[in-house]
Amino acid sequence: MAKRTAAPRKRAAAPRAEKAQPIALLIATRKGAFILKSDGARRTWKTTGPFFLGQIVHHMVLDPRDRRTLLASTSTGHLGPTMMKSTDLGRTWKEVAKPPAFPKAPEGAEGRSVNHTFWLAPGHASEPGVWFAGTAPQGLFRSADGGDSWEPYSPINDDPQYRKWMGSEKDGTPDGPKLHSIIIDPRDAKHMLFGMSGGGVHESFDAGQSWRVIIDGMEVVEGFNFDPKDPAFHDPHCVRMCPSNPDRLYQQNHCGIYRRDGKGAWVRIGRSMPKNVGDIGFPLVLHPRDDNTAWVFPMDGTQVWPRVSPDGKPASYVTKNGGKTWQRQDKGLPRAQGWFTVKRQAMCGDTRDPVGLYFGTTGGEVWASRNEGAQWTCIARHLPEIYAVEAAG
Amino acid sequence: MKVYIPDTLRSYTGDQRTVTAQGATLAALLIDLDRQFPGIRFRMINEQDGIRRHMRVFVNGDEARTLDIALADTDDISIVQALSGG
Repeated sequence: MAKRTAAPRKRAAAPRAEKAQPIALLIATRKGAFILKSDGARRTWKTTGPFFLGQIVHHMVLDPRDRRTLLASTSTGHLGPTMMKSTDLGRTWKEVAKPPAFPKAPEGAEGRSVNHTFWLAPGHASEPGVWFAGTAPQGLFRSADGGDSWEPYSPINDDPQYRKWMGSEKDGTPDGPKLHSIIIDPRDAKHMLFGMSGGGVHESFDAGQSWRVIIDGMEVVEGFNFDPKDPAFHDPHCVRMCPSNPDRLYQQNHCGIYRRDGKGAWVRIGRSMPKNVGDIGFPLVLHPRDDNTAWVFPMDGTQVWPRVSPDGKPASYVTKNGGKTWQRQDKGLPRAQGWFTVKRQAMCGDTRDPVGLYFGTTGGEVWASRNEGAQWTCIARHLPEIYAVEAAG
Repeated sequence: MKVYIPDTLRSYTGDQRTVTAQGATLAALLIDLDRQFPGIRFRMINEQDGIRRHMRVFVNGDEARTLDIALADTDDISIVQALSGG
């Protein structure tokens, strides 16, 4: 077992060339997509869009390998799901030829139908054109042609054990269980992870041909006699791999905040959050150069799960020592009556130094910090309900 | 035969309200429609060949619930989408 302590590590320096680059925020909302572009100092922001007005945009992601291709997964309340692609940074868009879809079931068997593609993840740097997608109902899909066509990927989609863990429409979020947090190890294209809400966290070392469950140490909802060894009872909300140390994972879960080092068990680092705030939430952001620094945005997970900022006082929380301690960051945010909900894909960071942080609320506001959360500023408001925010530098 | 296209799908037909497609069954007609207007079929028919929840297809005014019904060249096909929610 790899031993790694939470001792402070020396941060790698930010690439000098990135310092003056403007940032583009890719905003996916329930009524379309928007792009917010900054100046080099990240002080002023200009909104472009909407793209696909009226369509539900679940996720919009830039391909970091060519820095020009954008994919956006879309659906509407009535039509089936699809996906849009731009190869010119959003100036023009075209619908892909074959969006993710489950195979037609044999006669008499009950087949599944993709409701929407929830998560998009570019493949490894050595595999240009490869993308992965997670859907609701839960399925893992792969494209080898830059997102133009998609095929079911890996045995899990039809594996009886996985199907049991994936659950049915009754077992997930109101619009269905979701496969998310698809992670490709930057050191090894065959090393992959994903999370299922619900269904646990899963890891593969052979490019998805076989998977193992990694839920040791993760807690389950108390009071129901749920077996913590059963992945079906685990609901990871967001799993991230440290860019500066891929052996370290962080996770925001339905039952707390966790860290995992090497092949060890998950450790609930959210226990050190203030008791009156708790460690429930959806998004989680990692520092691009420091594996001890992570940010969360706590939500009220008590009673009926309001999923809003505890006590109406929104704040990010940062740890700079791997979860031993957390500091509240609320400067600039509403001091009261701020009932923010920030979804799991709606908070992100850039790679600048200091790191820029960004989050979008279901009330249509985008907030930014140019100094790692020390000061927050609202940079856009009156947008539709925000589902996802991705920073492209 | 003549096929009426709802507002929400006219981005596929170049804004045409009515198009022409061929097929001995509704399934075949939808394949021909998708050949002419790529992508339109999956927006209304799922991968299990089910008509999506808020879509309706009428043949001469009668609702079709499956894709295996036979069609004649003189039939009128209406694709209708429920507009509800917010």
